[in-house]
Amino acid sequence: MNLRISQIGFGLLLSVAVNAVETPNPPKANKQFSTEQSCVEPIEIMRRYHGHFLKHHRNDTMHSGVRTTQHSLIECINCHVTADDDGNYPNVNEGSEHFCRSCHNYAAVTIDCFQCHASKPEKK
Amino acid sequence: MSPTQNRRDFLKKTATVAGLTTVAPGMLFYSVSQAKPDGEAVTSKVRWGMLIDTTKCADGCNDCVNACTKEHGLNDNVRAEIAPQWIRKVGLRDKQTGKETTLPMLCQHCEHPPCVDVCPTGASFKRADGIVLVDKHTCIGCRYCMMACPYKARSFVHENLENQKPHSPRGKGTVESCTFCVHKVDKGEKPACVEACGKAMIFGDIKDPESEISKKLAEVSSTALRADMKLNPGVRYQGI
Repeated sequence: MNLRISQIGFGLLLSVAVNAVETPNPPKANKQFSTEQSCVEPIEIMRRYHGHFLKHHRNDTMHSGVRTTQHSLIECINCHVTADDDGNYPNVNEGSEHFCRSCHNYAAVTIDCFQCHASKPEKK
Repeated sequence: MSPTQNRRDFLKKTATVAGLTTVAPGMLFYSVSQAKPDGEAVTSKVRWGMLIDTTKCADGCNDCVNACTKEHGLNDNVRAEIAPQWIRKVGLRDKQTGKETTLPMLCQHCEHPPCVDVCPTGASFKRADGIVLVDKHTCIGCRYCMMACPYKARSFVHENLENQKPHSPRGKGTVESCTFCVHKVDKGEKPACVEACGKAMIFGDIKDPESEISKKLAEVSSTALRADMKLNPGVRYQGI
């Protein structure tokens, strides 16, 4: 947690409160989905229902071989997990730099996806 | 072209008729094998199969195994004792004649897969197009399927994994096996082992009478391994 100089003046109590709940600050995605829409569904829909989309799509892909990319986890990762200046991708298991981690840390929801699924784009 | 028919409809109809043109008298032009559209579900009109010519399978050649390992990111920092085997080379020796044969052994993608019969959670399943897979989202790692498989085709992931391939998710506590490179097949490509081999393995749709594999199967004599179990495997061997 970064404390700005001006915040120190607000006292120790406030800084403890700020430290306790770190506001998620997910990194920006690579690109826009379309000119009208930034993600594959409107942002407020994505925030609430991305889990549903992923779960629905995983069953379609696994059992019926549907390979559309709009709701696929691979494409989420390709767009949302971005490399730093050195070309390294954030670790999904620690810190809050990883796109998924940043919010799931805040919401205290464990994500098991990346025990099996790739958490970063494949290096070409 | 009737006056009420617009250009677009005319072109659509013409294209449909062209698709059904007869090639020669009494012979209908079948649909050309091509990748299905991404959004379409697989159907049972297709059944993927493989024909392996053991006479062309060289002793000591491991190209198919290496291709599989690379494609699916297997054996990445894994101890040899628990290394997964989606495809392995097996040597046979006829005790009477001393004739030695080597062949690749992989999931046989049975029509009646025993691994699917015994799975308590429905994780082990057969796709409409005949590819037998493990849905690792529902696999509890009980390994009944490994015991049921007469071909010893399945492996268990014993330890935590890292850096899995995006197209091949794998994780601790689940059973896995050859997927016929389903991610490639859905794109209209061939499995990695077949691409790497190039001479002894043919992959294709065994329900399409015009496919290379169907023609070959009709021509040469091939064997289903453990045919006595009546599992009707999608993988068949020639020359054993």
